Amino acid sequence: MTSLVLPEFLHRVDHQRCRRCKRCVMSCGFGALQFLERVVADHAKCVGCHRCATFCPEGAITIERNPTALRYNAHWSEEHRKAIWRQAESGGMLLSAMGNDKPYPSYFDHLLLDACQVTNPSIDPLREPMELRTYLGSKPERLEFGAGPDGKPRLTVELAPQVQLETPLVFSAMSFGSISLNAQKALAMAAEKCGITMNTGEGGLHKDLYPYSRHVVIQVASGRFGVSPEYLQQGAAVEIKIGQGAKPGIGGHLPGEKVPHEISETRMVPVGTDCLSPAPHHDIYSIEDLAQLIGALKEATRYEKPVGVKIAAVHNVAAIASGIVRAGADFIFLDGFRGGTGAAPTVIRDHVGLPIELAVAAVDDRLRREGIRNRASLVVAGGIRSSADVAKAVALGADVCAIGTAALVAMGCHLCQKCYTGNCSWGIATQRSELVRRLEPDVAAERLVNLVRAWSLELKEILGALGLNAIESLRGSRERLRAVGLDQTTLDILGVKPAGR
Amino acid sequence: MTTEICAQQMDYRELNAKVRAAVAGGERELVLSQVNGQRYLGVGLTQPVKLSIHGVAGNDLAAFMDGPTLEIWGNAQDGVGNTMNSGRVVIHGSAGDVLGYGMRGGRILVRGDVGYRVGIHMKSFKRQVPTIVVGGSAGDFLGEYMAGGVLVVLNLWKEEKEPVGRWTGTGMHGGAIYLRGGSVSPDRLGREVLAAPAGEEDQPVLFPLLDDFATTFGLEAEELRRQPFQRLTPTSHRPYGNLYAY
Repeated sequence: MTSLVLPEFLHRVDHQRCRRCKRCVMSCGFGALQFLERVVADHAKCVGCHRCATFCPEGAITIERNPTALRYNAHWSEEHRKAIWRQAESGGMLLSAMGNDKPYPSYFDHLLLDACQVTNPSIDPLREPMELRTYLGSKPERLEFGAGPDGKPRLTVELAPQVQLETPLVFSAMSFGSISLNAQKALAMAAEKCGITMNTGEGGLHKDLYPYSRHVVIQVASGRFGVSPEYLQQGAAVEIKIGQGAKPGIGGHLPGEKVPHEISETRMVPVGTDCLSPAPHHDIYSIEDLAQLIGALKEATRYEKPVGVKIAAVHNVAAIASGIVRAGADFIFLDGFRGGTGAAPTVIRDHVGLPIELAVAAVDDRLRREGIRNRASLVVAGGIRSSADVAKAVALGADVCAIGTAALVAMGCHLCQKCYTGNCSWGIATQRSELVRRLEPDVAAERLVNLVRAWSLELKEILGALGLNAIESLRGSRERLRAVGLDQTTLDILGVKPAGR
Repeated sequence: MTTEICAQQMDYRELNAKVRAAVAGGERELVLSQVNGQRYLGVGLTQPVKLSIHGVAGNDLAAFMDGPTLEIWGNAQDGVGNTMNSGRVVIHGSAGDVLGYGMRGGRILVRGDVGYRVGIHMKSFKRQVPTIVVGGSAGDFLGEYMAGGVLVVLNLWKEEKEPVGRWTGTGMHGGAIYLRGGSVSPDRLGREVLAAPAGEEDQPVLFPLLDDFATTFGLEAEELRRQPFQRLTPTSHRPYGNLYAY
């Protein structure tokens, strides 16, 4: 069937400058380029990932949005028409990857941070110590002290297990399968270097990552792939995955052709088997059932590791979070609707969930009012783009922010959103060995370490300007935020005053 | 030597800690008496120990277990063998819902009935082939999303009843289910399941399981071997392969 959809991008080569090295032809994972005496592009296959343009030694490649215009229609956008054509041609659900790219409002962009002037002096982070260290885990209701054998005061309250993070950042869950082993190695190496954690996602833990296991959060999801007693002994913490911001209420599906030997070993399924993660855990139909699985994982890990629960931010997220805390979770991972994915039905990715800013505010508020906020740390994710977003999320109530998309972008991802094809030219979201090889773990890890360092420095600057010397002093401190251009109801939910008041 | 622990009035955390401490101390055979619904027995144990459990074993018995043998002289509640890796569980009574969820290896034998959602997402890996044999009947959603392993339902005790509930094998894409008896009503089966009479080619898989079950519970192995069985296998290894536009 002839496709009615015109190419999204036009791939232009300046043949005057091109010296026919064919590097671009080799670099395209999507097979868009051929060499027939000169470079010839199949525009329809170009996804705009810029791998070829980035590595062209002559700078001879330009990729532009196809200017061929459909007649403008505010209601029947080009996107709607193209989607209908693609579905009429395939009969299938449209797939997408990465996070929701629709122009819903970003509340981070309506929030401004405070700073000190004159009467409450700011702090110079270049001179004064700034504390970014954060502990992930359940905190006691109160601290009690008694005298130790040496007569000195000693803490008598038993503390729950904690994961020490040197900065309030972690890498989000991205499974081996959705991303390459080299990408996971880079994340693990960077996590170790930065004193933070990466997260296995639901793909098991490859043996090569065992040396980093103190900086790995291991996930237990509905398919239970790779979950074995050995796996549970690895890892700094355990995360039960209920949902994901990009696809709340939707399961996962790694098609059999993406299950080669290494992935099969790690997921503990035969080569070529479809990995179906059912939408719900079939042993969890209530908060009591969730409590049971949390308990089982705590028993299996001898109460030595925090056990948390990851959920997508959905309409009643505050009540759900309250239930999760009462079920015994040591942390909640809240994923907003901008959160990324390796593959999701577009209709779900683009139309389900909640903005993370509203979700974290609602959850923090609810847990505080119920007097149980101390029982679980809040890890907040779903479109965290900068240290400013981190600072604002912390002020709204987050303990830690998780970054997935930002980490991938740091490694070279250009957000072409084609992860589900497995053809990633950057060697990140692919299992094709010739593509995976391009991503050198050392180099990618250095880029990640640099990003975390840069954001941490910026966070210290922000704290200094706020007159604070510890990130925990900003946590839930909404008084230090003001909003521009938001209605009263939204202000109430965020617990933030309008700018000028 | 055998260590006996009386579980009467004991919280599950204390009971499991005692079991772990005994195992860590080198004990290889334990008897737990007066068990009354304590959860997580055998959870995360990785040593080849034997636990004899008298009473009712609570939820998530043998979850994440790797190696031990548990014998329950009574009923077991929900979630037996959750994500179990290897080992053996013998239940002389009946068991509740979600038995064998995500089970990757080992064997569970239940003399009586089992509840809903049994054997969901069982999978096999290399030489690990999880097996479950149920002496009585099973509830709805048996073997849903099943990706590997073998499930056998014998329906020995109330033959007038159907051996399985509805939606058996929905989303199944690997492994096999054997049901004793001529034919189960088609309305009990999921769309992804192909039903056929078991034949000679099934004997190498089925007979050792029947023999084990008979030996364990004192039944006639020959008698079980003579029974007709129906085999359920997935119609496709890719039941959800053509849903998407790439």
